[in-house]
Amino acid sequence: MTTETLIWLIPLPPALAFFLIVLFTNKNKALSHTVGVGAAVLSWLASMVVFFRALSVEHLGEHPFVSSVNWLPTGDTWFRIGVAIDPLGAAVLFFVSITIFMIFLYSVGYHNFGQPAGDHDRKGLPPHGATVTDEHGHQHVVPSVEPMYSRFFAFLGLFAFGMYTLVVSDNLLTLFVGWEIMGLCSYLLIGFWYGKPSARAAAIKAFMTTRIGDVFMLLGIGLLYSLTGTLNFREIFGNEELMHTLATPGTTLFGLSLAGLIALLLFIGTVGKSAQWPLHVWLPDAMEGPTPVSAMIHAATMVSAGVYAVIRMFPLLSLDHNTMTVVAFIGTFTAIFAATIAVAQNDIKRVLAYSTISQLGFMIAALGIGAYVAAAFHLVTHAFFKALLFLGSGSVIHGMEHGVLHTGNHSVDPQDMFNMGGLRKKMPITFWTFLIGGFALSGFPLLTAGFWSKDEILADAWANGHLAVFITLATAAFLTAFYTMRQITLTFLGEPRTKEAEHAQETPWTMTVPLMVLSVFAIGYGWVGIPEDFPLLGGLLPSWFHEFVGGTLAEHPEVIPFNPVPLTVSLVVALGGLLLGWLYYRNVNSAKEDFFQIPLLKNKYHFDEAYQVVFIGPVIWLSEVFTKWADQGVIDGILHFFGPATGGIGAFIRNKIDLPIINEFIGDGLAAVTQETGRTLRPIQTGRIQQYMMLSLVILAVVGALLYFMLGAGL
Amino acid sequence: MNFIYEHLLLVILFFPTLAALVMLFLPAGENKLLRWFAFGASLVPFILSVWLWTQFDPNVAGYQFEAQYPWYEALHSSLHLGVDGLSLTMVMLTTLLTPIALLASFSINDRVKAYMMLFLFLETGMLGVFMAVDLLIFFVFWEVGLVPMYFLINQWGSPKGEREVRSIFGKFTMSARNYASLKFMIYTMGGSLGLLLAVQMLGVLFGNYDLQYITANWSGYTKDLMGISVSTVKTVAFWAFVIAFAVKVPLWPFHTWLPDAHTEAPTAGSMILAGVLLKLGAYGFLRLVLPLYPAEAKYFAGALAFLATAAIVFGAFASFGQTDFKRLVAYSSVNHMGFVVLGIAAAASAVGTQDATIALNGAVLQMFNHGLSAAGMFFLVGVIYERTHTRNLDDFGGLFPLVPVYGGILIFTRMASLGLPGLNGFISEFLVVRGSLPLLPVYTAVSMLGLLMTGAYILKGIKQVLHGPLNEHWAHGEHKLTEINTREILVMAPLMILILVIGLWPAWILDVINKAMMMLF
Repeated sequence: MTTETLIWLIPLPPALAFFLIVLFTNKNKALSHTVGVGAAVLSWLASMVVFFRALSVEHLGEHPFVSSVNWLPTGDTWFRIGVAIDPLGAAVLFFVSITIFMIFLYSVGYHNFGQPAGDHDRKGLPPHGATVTDEHGHQHVVPSVEPMYSRFFAFLGLFAFGMYTLVVSDNLLTLFVGWEIMGLCSYLLIGFWYGKPSARAAAIKAFMTTRIGDVFMLLGIGLLYSLTGTLNFREIFGNEELMHTLATPGTTLFGLSLAGLIALLLFIGTVGKSAQWPLHVWLPDAMEGPTPVSAMIHAATMVSAGVYAVIRMFPLLSLDHNTMTVVAFIGTFTAIFAATIAVAQNDIKRVLAYSTISQLGFMIAALGIGAYVAAAFHLVTHAFFKALLFLGSGSVIHGMEHGVLHTGNHSVDPQDMFNMGGLRKKMPITFWTFLIGGFALSGFPLLTAGFWSKDEILADAWANGHLAVFITLATAAFLTAFYTMRQITLTFLGEPRTKEAEHAQETPWTMTVPLMVLSVFAIGYGWVGIPEDFPLLGGLLPSWFHEFVGGTLAEHPEVIPFNPVPLTVSLVVALGGLLLGWLYYRNVNSAKEDFFQIPLLKNKYHFDEAYQVVFIGPVIWLSEVFTKWADQGVIDGILHFFGPATGGIGAFIRNKIDLPIINEFIGDGLAAVTQETGRTLRPIQTGRIQQYMMLSLVILAVVGALLYFMLGAGL
Repeated sequence: MNFIYEHLLLVILFFPTLAALVMLFLPAGENKLLRWFAFGASLVPFILSVWLWTQFDPNVAGYQFEAQYPWYEALHSSLHLGVDGLSLTMVMLTTLLTPIALLASFSINDRVKAYMMLFLFLETGMLGVFMAVDLLIFFVFWEVGLVPMYFLINQWGSPKGEREVRSIFGKFTMSARNYASLKFMIYTMGGSLGLLLAVQMLGVLFGNYDLQYITANWSGYTKDLMGISVSTVKTVAFWAFVIAFAVKVPLWPFHTWLPDAHTEAPTAGSMILAGVLLKLGAYGFLRLVLPLYPAEAKYFAGALAFLATAAIVFGAFASFGQTDFKRLVAYSSVNHMGFVVLGIAAAASAVGTQDATIALNGAVLQMFNHGLSAAGMFFLVGVIYERTHTRNLDDFGGLFPLVPVYGGILIFTRMASLGLPGLNGFISEFLVVRGSLPLLPVYTAVSMLGLLMTGAYILKGIKQVLHGPLNEHWAHGEHKLTEINTREILVMAPLMILILVIGLWPAWILDVINKAMMMLF
């Protein structure tokens, strides 16, 4: 099979799985997950084949795999859609296919496949556990299987279809198709337990917030399409004359060039999708979805799509200096802003959610300062270690839920880190893998992938003189290490703080295997991007990532020369943050003792409340009060004028004209006159033939005489 | 067979009427027979239209399958029929939705015979408008369609509900369906008064009503008329046309009949009303306004776009503000049809350019797509109303576990209406936005607000009906909500299949539309 055909086929298995499960296999749990996982495996295999074939092509950036077909007729021409895999696409496909495969596998264990159905479980609510009796007659409460198990795999399939479509697209329109399909899936998965009012609200919030970005993005796509006549990446970026025209400064609003305006509109889409400030509010609430699988989708893979889109549009983005500044500012600000909130969160998933927002900010900031390869590198490494962390947190929660079912005390929140502690002994695999993920996130030197990618961003910022960006990101990196160690310490170290934590249990293999696989990448993936001139380690392994992904651009980005300053800074912030986090939190045993429970941070700077007042309130007023007043008051009021007015005119005509004049005067009057005449003439109607004959003769004589004289006169 | 082929349009047009007349002689009490007869009869025009579609050559300019029959010789008006790519698409939509609506009406038990007959008459009325190549015939069919719909709303509309009519003369109340049907009838007729006058003027001026002849001569007509300058006459006549069609589409602020009529109409009535009748207005714009008044349309394109944008934005806001499920869906039609007119307005401002063609492609496809999704949505509202006898969104809640299949279908259809990529609505809305953006950038940008609010009202519907804590009232006992049945799924199936197919592979229909637009404008 040719590589191009194979690329076309990559997104199909999950889409087919979706339809198969929805239409046919939804009653059978085992069959449904077999279909789902099977589809994920097929897509993963195809992606690997494509990836390795891509590796063997020289100058893939100039000669990518492409294939396209006519899709929409537009006057004399056609809008074509197709697939393309260039180095960036191949690199993204690699991590996407692995993480998706792992999510599918993990979901089997997470949703308690093989466990009995719950005692009181209901569709639309999380499973509450089932009572079983063992051979000794003891009753135990064990986790129960998810009542909507099949549906989950259907949604996952659709999600995977969206993600693959986005990655293999050669144009912005089908990229947008995948983008929105994932938006739908995110809505469906956050609202998976739709019986919970909080989940229902979170689902809508996520969809609407990202949709704000999406409509701007749609405008950007429309604008780009009408200016260039195409949405194909290569056709746009490869056309130098066109790019030059687009880059003419100061032709549109705010002194932006056309390229700058389009890039800004597209970037707003990313701000929504990748949860950047000020559209970040949906992501933490998205944790209402089934822990942690949807969380991982929302935080580790789908949000990557937003960053991927801006990396894809980088050649356009980089044409306007002003837009780049906006991007750099948003990214940097988000990185530090979200990191400060993460420090004060107690829910294990919410810490990771804010950490994700912050890390995405790193990538956006990197793009804003022109560090193309560094942004792509951090995108990939982050996807691996954040996926690992989310799945790890899910494993922790799963273990804690086991403890909660054991003690039967449902008032204990299995997600609150202050209810945990000492889990390293109960859940060793989860602990070690989580530790690897956490260290990667913190940028633990040399060993972890996160170190290499984050270091590259800092080095870029330093080398290009973006001092403000450098300092802010370094501070954010310090906070990252700090809150990560806080999380690890509170969760795994020390002694159990509750009975539930004492009875926590390691999770089944379907959940731990994905953790182990991902931890391999959370370490190993960093080694493909070690700079050539790095002291001691540089050059031992080729700096493959930079060579390969850099080749996507027409102008190969330069390698930043080694500089000890950013290296020292990243060593200090990573190790310092980790150390301080451990030193402080090993002695903290409850939320009350925690110095960082600052109300402003805990309340996320009150953005939710502010948006409620500034945006949602007026919208509801416009919808419920204003339109009702306009439609039923003003417009219908005018219409209702006509009805009674017509009636009034009718009444006037009847009462003032018809009745008195026509009826009484003309109608009745005529009748009265006729009647009176008749009455007067009655005496001559005697009924006697002789009199009639006489009368006839008289009339005949008179008429005859008249005629004679008149005609005679005429003659 | 040869006869049918030669008179294909005539057969499609009058077959429903013929069937209705035959129904007159069927026994009145035999509801099952009457239903199946009407449904079967409505399949014939559909099958013939599919045949028509296959025989139609999109590469040929002008009307095809033309046929002319004597009608009103004294006025030189004839029953002149013909289809091009634009009307063919609409004919297809009509003959597809009628059997679906009749199948949806199988739950009607009251005066089935009269009901089914009215529906078949209605189909002839709608088809006539789309096939007419004669202005007078166009107008006749335009008005003919009103009558059956009036009775459908007035007699079979929702029996409950009172409407208080307030005006400066005081207030009084009347039954809601009476109010709605009256408003629908009078408003549309009042709107078309000017159209009638303008049509008569053209007929007098040219001595016949042939659309092709008038189109060829009227736009270049420069002599003064009745002592009034030709530009004034044209401007007045232009607005007379526009108002007639704007009421029907409906454009803001002529839209307030729609939520009332849609809400009170029986389920199938709403399906046809939203699915086809609204398209008559948009079709009028494309068939008459743009070809007859290109200069005026270009001059007033901004005004049209303003009204269209207002419809998009206010329609979406109003929809979000509703508590009645059916009213919510009704207002969404205002929002979606606004995109059709936005595309038309954009095209009017720059006829012949590629942007204009793209905008027109989007507008026509949006007409077809809205027909599918709006019909589907009204049906789904009807399904739940039949079971619960309430449309108040606050009375539902958490129904998903009770009716998972219905829920899945509802989400699917709502997503089509939202314009989710991969489903049909996205293609048409994208094309309209793409075509309008360079021509009318400000209006297009403002209409994005409507697109955003579309998301809000769609999710509100799903949230209030399916999600959230279960309203126990519907879970047990006599009120227990039953799942959507096979007949109802069969109603939805063709709509859903088309929604998906057009979303994934729109070229089969868009190619016909595109070629027609290229040749027409």
